[in-house]
Amino acid sequence: MSDRIEKRIELKAPISRVWRALTDYREFGEWFRVKLEGPFVPGQIARGKIIHPGYEHVVWQAVVQKIEPERLFSFTWHPYGIDPKRDYSTETPTLVEFRLEETKNGTLLVLTESGFDKIPSDRRAEAFRMNDGGWTQQMKNIEDYVARAS
Amino acid sequence: MFAALGDETRLSLVAKLSGGQPRSIAQLTEGSRLTRQAVTKHLRVLERVALVRSRRSGRENLFEFDPHPLEDARKYLDLVSEQWDQALARLKSFVEG
Repeated sequence: MSDRIEKRIELKAPISRVWRALTDYREFGEWFRVKLEGPFVPGQIARGKIIHPGYEHVVWQAVVQKIEPERLFSFTWHPYGIDPKRDYSTETPTLVEFRLEETKNGTLLVLTESGFDKIPSDRRAEAFRMNDGGWTQQMKNIEDYVARAS
Repeated sequence: MFAALGDETRLSLVAKLSGGQPRSIAQLTEGSRLTRQAVTKHLRVLERVALVRSRRSGRENLFEFDPHPLEDARKYLDLVSEQWDQALARLKSFVEG
């Protein structure tokens, strides 16, 4: 069993285009669904607001590691670190790396996330609850509404 | 937990226990080149990450495998993995569109 995730995806776009989508903070925010406060700078915290429906109250945060133009972009973060009341800073973050390679038809993107070994087990449980929580809450809302209406 | 399993001896102990039958240290040492002390030490590592539980039975300790932490870890990775699939699909349409 592995403690990392790896994804490979072929993108029909020039490497320079993909690089911009990854490292320009506004473009990154478009597809990652986060409204970042400012540009990515190695060694510095990137912060913003999640714009995913249901998580708008959550602050997104990562520490930028490497920016090697058109080759490698990486940051560390706390996946599912979305409980505003919890202090994640004492926990070991995971490392996210985007690697780019030019191909005949465009760009190969290899994404890895590693370091899951260090995530406390109760954090894992929290992630399940969060993932499930959206729907559970919706069902509850419907239930309450129906109860009131009847 | 992954680190605890990143050792061949411990992996083989988990394999022996994964049948569900609780086993004593003597049974786990049998047929291996390890000493009882070495097996005990490895079992303690597995116990610390909750993959193995021990209970007293008469004069000896019996060890058994608990798959739940592994299943939870697997499910967690699947969840994070799925989030990445969705994010990368959005990236794809963003740069190709």
